[in-house]
Amino acid sequence: MLSLQQLSKQYKNSELALDNVSFDVPSGQVIGLIGPSGAGKSTLIRCINRLIEPTHGAIYLDDVELTQLSTSKLRKQRRRIGMIFQEYALVERLSVMENVLSGTLGYVSFWQSFFRKFPEPLLQKAFGYLERVGLLEHANKRADQLSGGQKQRVGIARALAQEPSLLLIDEPTASLDPKTSRQIMRLIKEICKERNLPAIINIHDVVLAQTYVDRIIGLKAGKIVFDGSPSALNASVLTTIYGKEEWNTTPACEEEVSIAPVPNFQTKLELAI
Amino acid sequence: MVSSPMWRWTLLVLFLLYLGVAFSSIDLNFPRMLDGLTRGWRFVDGFLNPNFTSRWSDIQTGIIESLTMSVTATLVGILFSIPIGMGAASNISTKPFYFLCRFFITISRSMQEIIVAIFLVALFGFGAFAGFLTLTFATIGFLGKLLAEEIENIDKAPLEALKATGASWLQMIHYSIVPQITPRVVGLWLYRFDINFRESAVIGIVGAGGIGATLNTAIERYEYDSAGAILLMIIFIVFLCEYTSGYVRKWLI
Ligand SMILES: Nc1ncnc2c1ncn2[C@@H]1O[C@H](COP(=O)(O)OP(=O)(O)O)[C@@H](O)[C@H]1O
Ligand SMILES: [Mg+2]
Repeated sequence: MLSLQQLSKQYKNSELALDNVSFDVPSGQVIGLIGPSGAGKSTLIRCINRLIEPTHGAIYLDDVELTQLSTSKLRKQRRRIGMIFQEYALVERLSVMENVLSGTLGYVSFWQSFFRKFPEPLLQKAFGYLERVGLLEHANKRADQLSGGQKQRVGIARALAQEPSLLLIDEPTASLDPKTSRQIMRLIKEICKERNLPAIINIHDVVLAQTYVDRIIGLKAGKIVFDGSPSALNASVLTTIYGKEEWNTTPACEEEVSIAPVPNFQTKLELAI
Repeated sequence: MVSSPMWRWTLLVLFLLYLGVAFSSIDLNFPRMLDGLTRGWRFVDGFLNPNFTSRWSDIQTGIIESLTMSVTATLVGILFSIPIGMGAASNISTKPFYFLCRFFITISRSMQEIIVAIFLVALFGFGAFAGFLTLTFATIGFLGKLLAEEIENIDKAPLEALKATGASWLQMIHYSIVPQITPRVVGLWLYRFDINFRESAVIGIVGAGGIGATLNTAIERYEYDSAGAILLMIIFIVFLCEYTSGYVRKWLI
């Protein structure tokens, strides 16, 4: 189980990106985190594995408090937290299999990974995950030869290769067509159910979220403004989350919301392990 | 550019005056020029009739020394440029280390090879060792800077993804940065090799050994036909490097 307690994040010289956020995620529960661009969704999930350092608050994964860990202990905990990205974040010039195996890097020594000598059980598992996402026959292809949907499946297999206790998923379908988006969401949901994995999925598409998640949390300006079942998500709640003007408009305007510039996190990432 | 016509004219006159003074200060000596012209012609004639045979063993020694110098300087340079280039890449380095590496790169790149060679020849005596050190020093700065730039320009998403898996710093570098930069960086290494070979001919003239020293001797002895042969050999080897590096790069992509 994951538990966030009074989590806040303030970037330098700006308003609170997360304001006193608390909620629990029980095993196997898939949460859809919705909210307008800039609401703090990406910040929130990156605070959990500390790709971004939270300013205040505590995060418990099972019984481990994540915000206080030293770098080497943090690295061990990060292995338990799988992450899936909007732009897949694969290493394009490596093979599909190497990308999946890169999920196990936290479990092998530098020299093992350097000489690509992954222990047999890890290899077997990696093949198993590739099979699970339906890409076994593409194992030796280079990642840049895959379609968007296939790349995202590799991303999912890589996260599974970590043997995670939690999945953090940032806009998994924002770069995919509607049909592929549904397939990916269905796959994520099935996998979470099979493994009793909790997951937090940042997602723009409200209908997609409603269809595939167990619970929805609405974030607005860093605060939780809704927390409930997908069926409770009615027009007035959506207005609270997205604001009246933005909500009651045509799809063209909705697009504007989704392409609003999102600041570049990675530039700020320190590489301390 | 200059709006007032009076100013424009004054400037033009001043400029012409300056030109006049400048030219008159050049000490033209026509008999000396004629003399030079005939010598220049002998030079050209020497190149048109290169003589590989009379100094062949010197040429051979020079070429081998230059090749050894370039190969070792390139290899050692690559070896040192890797940590320095990584340190000088702002996205994976830490502040103090970053400034240290950038400082070294700037020093290395601001010093012309010939000047470094003169200094090192004074320090270590004539010969290929001074040449090797000169080229190594230049190579580290050159490759370090370009490596740092390649690293700074990578797609950061896979780096973040690997950090999130709990990979160590070295593993992140090896799995997400190395594959992204390898083709271009290996291309740069090969390119530097042929710069080093060409450079070895130049610094040889100031005493740093190699084919440059052979070339210098040939010119001093007025053996322009042998000098011509040496230049042709240099061109031939650079051409060979060019061709191979192009081939290797294509194979890497
Ligand atoms: N690295 C950063 N530095 C400063 N401010 C940032 C940074 N990343 C995000 N922010 C700010 O934090 C807020 C939340 O951003 P983000 O978490 O990306 O929202 P979302 O993912 O919901 O679109 C935004 O106002 C954004 O401008
Ligand atoms: Mg975001």
